[in-house]
Amino acid sequence: MGLSSGLDVEAVRKDFPVLAREVHGHPLVFLDSAASSQKPRQVLEAERVFVEEHYANVHRGVHTLSQEATDAYEGARATVAGFIGGQPDEVVFTKNVTESINLVSYALTSSLGPGDEIAVTEMEHHSNLVPWQMLAERTGARLRWLSLTDEGRLDLSNLSDVVNERTKLFAFTHVSNLLGTENDVPTLVARAKQVGALTLVDGAQAVPHEPVDVRALDVDFYAFTGHKMLGPTGVGVLWGRALDDLPPFMGGGSMIELVTMERSTYAKAPERFEAGTPVISQAVGLAAACDYLTGLGLENVREHEIALTARLLDGIRSLDGVRVLGPDTTEMRGSAVSFVIDGVHPHDVGQSLDELGIAVRVGHHCAAPVCKRYGVAATTRASSYVYNNEADIDALLAGIVKVQEFWA
Amino acid sequence: MSDSLYQEIILEHYKHPHHKGLRDPFDVEVHHVNPTCGDEVTLRVKVVDGVVEDVSYEGQGCSISQASTSVMTDLVIGQPVDAALTKHEAFLELMQSRGQLEPDEDVLEDGIAFAGVSKYPARVKCALLGWMAWKDATSQALEGSSA
Repeated sequence: MGLSSGLDVEAVRKDFPVLAREVHGHPLVFLDSAASSQKPRQVLEAERVFVEEHYANVHRGVHTLSQEATDAYEGARATVAGFIGGQPDEVVFTKNVTESINLVSYALTSSLGPGDEIAVTEMEHHSNLVPWQMLAERTGARLRWLSLTDEGRLDLSNLSDVVNERTKLFAFTHVSNLLGTENDVPTLVARAKQVGALTLVDGAQAVPHEPVDVRALDVDFYAFTGHKMLGPTGVGVLWGRALDDLPPFMGGGSMIELVTMERSTYAKAPERFEAGTPVISQAVGLAAACDYLTGLGLENVREHEIALTARLLDGIRSLDGVRVLGPDTTEMRGSAVSFVIDGVHPHDVGQSLDELGIAVRVGHHCAAPVCKRYGVAATTRASSYVYNNEADIDALLAGIVKVQEFWA
Repeated sequence: MSDSLYQEIILEHYKHPHHKGLRDPFDVEVHHVNPTCGDEVTLRVKVVDGVVEDVSYEGQGCSISQASTSVMTDLVIGQPVDAALTKHEAFLELMQSRGQLEPDEDVLEDGIAFAGVSKYPARVKCALLGWMAWKDATSQALEGSSA
């Protein structure tokens, strides 16, 4: 199984203790990694060793543990930066993608006003939509968006209208969390550059699954999160090419240069954007997750997921009464596959699959406008990752048939 | 599959819902949504002389939310508001019981089929969607008549 790719999935599975458990008397089939991935022993071990042997606050004391903790934290920053082709001082540790995007949107407040425009797309996760709606409301700028084709792609026919001379920022997702669609980042960035707009890319569903090089993508901001890429919750990343151009978002300790009772001056990035004690052991865990993925090889991960996604898409295509929302082939596509079963509400699909030990996500996936675009209230989404094998996909396909029988 | 959750009574109400469709006359119309899953219900109430004369509704949602709304209309239509509110309380208590409560069939009738739902915290909101909409609409109708 999986011999065609360079990833030994059965060896990988041994690193994830949770995969050994049963749910409702069935072996767990975990197909909800787009919501949050499982964690390998190596990540847990890295955090444990750090906390048990080197833990102290960072950037504070002169004592040995403080120095070791600072080295580990800054080392984690360097690892994470290298993982996406960036420099350490371009990487800010945040709580999650949502905080990364809110950071940029608040920092841009004084740069926008009436007459300016912000461009997004109709396929965004709420985290890359609501902050821009709020920024538009604060500043009087206008929010524009690219709509979607019936095939689940961005409709680029009016790209030059939606992204125009008034556009100050163009924010879009690298890979859609609901549709699985991978966007043509170079084309979108090229248009933004033509008009002098900044670009922010939501990489939450890309960085865990494929090689990403932020320099090659030529974007201004790139956001992703630890917990979807085998790392801990509570740590996200904002990468920025020129973070020192932005004013701070949150004020407090660690982000300052000089403080008097009247005013303060601010540290350079990344410290400028890390007010207060940061997420220390989680950053160490995230670096371990980067090392783990680097060890597997991101090209291998990508190849492995393409094979599983193809198997799932082919399997669904052979079933009556099941429809995929989003691209029907693996071309320019991630591993998240949303589908609807005629006559069965996704909640009931998800519940019935859970009875078989199969974990999928149901609902609007924090992308309600996408559901509305395709005329559904919700979908069922299966998303595979490094530890899924062909047996998982086959279990899901068999499960879908059982769901159809039960609800017939 | 899902023996304890998807009781036959629930499936029956889901496939053949009672009192469905929006009807006139009515005192109050409300629209309730479950933001986590997008399920929604539009519900109308008509109260005459302290009695729930009619409850009508349209909605979309999972089997649990649709069947629960159907059962609710059976239980409250024709009842004095006080008695209907007592049934609402009993159903709410059942839903919050985490499977620890033996429901009273005399009070909840087909509603006892939802006892298993209380063991699935993620689905309790589904079961309560129609009930909460009814209580909201009825409260507004009573306020309107006393004002």
